[in-house]
Amino acid sequence: MVKKRSKHYNFAFLDEGSKRVIRRALLKAVAIPGYQVPFGSRELPIGRGWGTGGLQITLSVIGPGDVLKVIDQGSDDSVNALSIRNFVTACTGVETTTDSGEATLIQSRHRIPEAPLKAGQIMALQVPMPEPLRLVEPHEAVTRVMHAEMDYAPMWLALYESIVRTGDIELGADYPVMVEDRYMMMPSPIPRFDNHKLHMSPALFLFGAGREKKIYALPPYTRVVSLAFDDHPFRVESTHGRVCRLCGAADVYFDEFFDSATGGRLYQCSDSGYCEKRRRAGARATEPAAPTA
Amino acid sequence: MAYVAVTGGREAVKNAAVLLERNRAAGDGDVGLDALEKRLGLLIDRVMSEAGLYAPRCAALALRQSEGSPEEAVFLLRAYRSTLTRAYKSLPLDCEDMTLHRRISAAFKDIPGGQFLGATYDYTHRLLDFEPPEARAGGGGGGELSHEAPVRAPRVTRELRREGLIAEKDGGGAEPRDITMDPLSFPAERSARLQTLTRADTGFLSGLAYAGIRGFGPSHPTVGELRTGELEVLLVHPLFEGETISAGVIVVTEVEALFSEESAEAKREARDDPLLRMEAGQGDKADKSSAGLSLGMGYGLVLGRNDTKAIAMSVMDYFLSSPGDGILQNQEFVLLHGDCLEMNGFISHLKLPHYVTFQSKLDRVRRGSPEGTGSAGSNGNESGSLPEL
Repeated sequence: MVKKRSKHYNFAFLDEGSKRVIRRALLKAVAIPGYQVPFGSRELPIGRGWGTGGLQITLSVIGPGDVLKVIDQGSDDSVNALSIRNFVTACTGVETTTDSGEATLIQSRHRIPEAPLKAGQIMALQVPMPEPLRLVEPHEAVTRVMHAEMDYAPMWLALYESIVRTGDIELGADYPVMVEDRYMMMPSPIPRFDNHKLHMSPALFLFGAGREKKIYALPPYTRVVSLAFDDHPFRVESTHGRVCRLCGAADVYFDEFFDSATGGRLYQCSDSGYCEKRRRAGARATEPAAPTA
Repeated sequence: MAYVAVTGGREAVKNAAVLLERNRAAGDGDVGLDALEKRLGLLIDRVMSEAGLYAPRCAALALRQSEGSPEEAVFLLRAYRSTLTRAYKSLPLDCEDMTLHRRISAAFKDIPGGQFLGATYDYTHRLLDFEPPEARAGGGGGGELSHEAPVRAPRVTRELRREGLIAEKDGGGAEPRDITMDPLSFPAERSARLQTLTRADTGFLSGLAYAGIRGFGPSHPTVGELRTGELEVLLVHPLFEGETISAGVIVVTEVEALFSEESAEAKREARDDPLLRMEAGQGDKADKSSAGLSLGMGYGLVLGRNDTKAIAMSVMDYFLSSPGDGILQNQEFVLLHGDCLEMNGFISHLKLPHYVTFQSKLDRVRRGSPEGTGSAGSNGNESGSLPEL
């Protein structure tokens, strides 16, 4: 779907000087995987806190030949994904898709597509809180020093205390990782289910935190390990016994629905593009959407 | 489900736009840009100040487009500003060159050049006026003035400076940092602090300063001088050496607030004498003629007419420049949480769907239930262990 580009603004909205500044930060980020590069974050026409970091990356790297996919919480058609996609197409005129396999550039909030990414693809993730150490230290000046000295002991201690207190590491999404045994990094609020997709991925991951004015990156084939202890391994969310009510997929992350008729729970692929593609290929739920009690 | 689900988003967004357009077109007649700009000047000033963009007509346009929401109007101006190339840097402005509209001092009764209120609501009675503008005194155009303001006057603090009573803060002379191009880093230098404060949300800044002077801050100020007026912004001529070009005239409000503080000498002594330290800590209640005290200054400068914000800024500038462990002296606390776009953006993002992250949270909470006992399922992590490394 190609749209006509607005004449009132520059290609990809930002002025060329600003785009260059952001690309320079991106290059530094790629050169030091997992390191947070401060950058002169620009204000954009969408809310600061609604994906302006990811969007600044998209606007800085996009070219007329790109094919763009925008997802929010896995969905191509959620209101925020729609709003961001409309904005980017209005100021670039690029082609868009819902098929992650066809996209050259994917901007996402809170999910990594189910279908494995390929070499040459760029994934721009929106980041609310880039600093993993914020869990244990509120001051930026201090956390920068902690990263420099690789002083991650307070974080490990916090995880240990969590296990002692509750029997488990009480972190849901945005579960921190170690990058190449050097930098501790927030993967953005993707579910733990998606963490392993970062590890040795052939695609380039770029992370943008607009409000916090930080950019970081994982170049292709980077080692990414979720924080865990030898005797307390990392665990992803349970998908046990769940299938998509539309396409029957089982090995995916789900949205949960309440069935008002039966009071039970229904599940559906969180990755709407993946689900749609499976259905186009003929996949159906094997049994008629049996709600679990 | 209608709000997000898998389909329907497109239509919902379109309908929201239609409803907004109806609000903007409600009632009879259009809101004239000229009237907005000239008659709602204080609102325009507030929006320009928080946006960090001096453009009254654009601010009027933004307010009309946003049903008068300052938050939205600031947003529109900031986003527009992102598309503009920064071509020039102005020369430093000196507020002593200001063509004055208003000038008061709470420190001295009689100041060289005199005090004058200018256009202020300070001494009006806030009685809701039900008369139309034509029926007001002077027929709506205002009456005659009994006094005209002097055009220029030296700063009140000039004399105090000459006497050597003011302890100068850091940051003078150095090339200022541009926080719109380089993100803040900590500790932030004074130029970066002042820029952040002047763009801060008016309510946020006033609230912090209020908390500070009520007792949560180190001391209490006296407004040495508050002045509002016009300044000409000059640029170095790109071609002719030694010549300048005028970029236009801006209206600003400047405040110099004075705080009594220990002089450097007294601080050295106080380190050894706890009793002296206690006395000097009484802020401006302590005797100013005491040899152990000097005057500290907080500086406020905001675009447009906004007394409260300028005073609040001067208070926060002083707090951030003075040593101490109070929360209002904590740079990261004060400087990172007052930007209109950032605070409103992050709070409003909570309205976005969080289905994925909430599922993840639920998974943790349901840990006890038989269904969610933490088995990693069949996504390639069957053992629930780390992904293959």
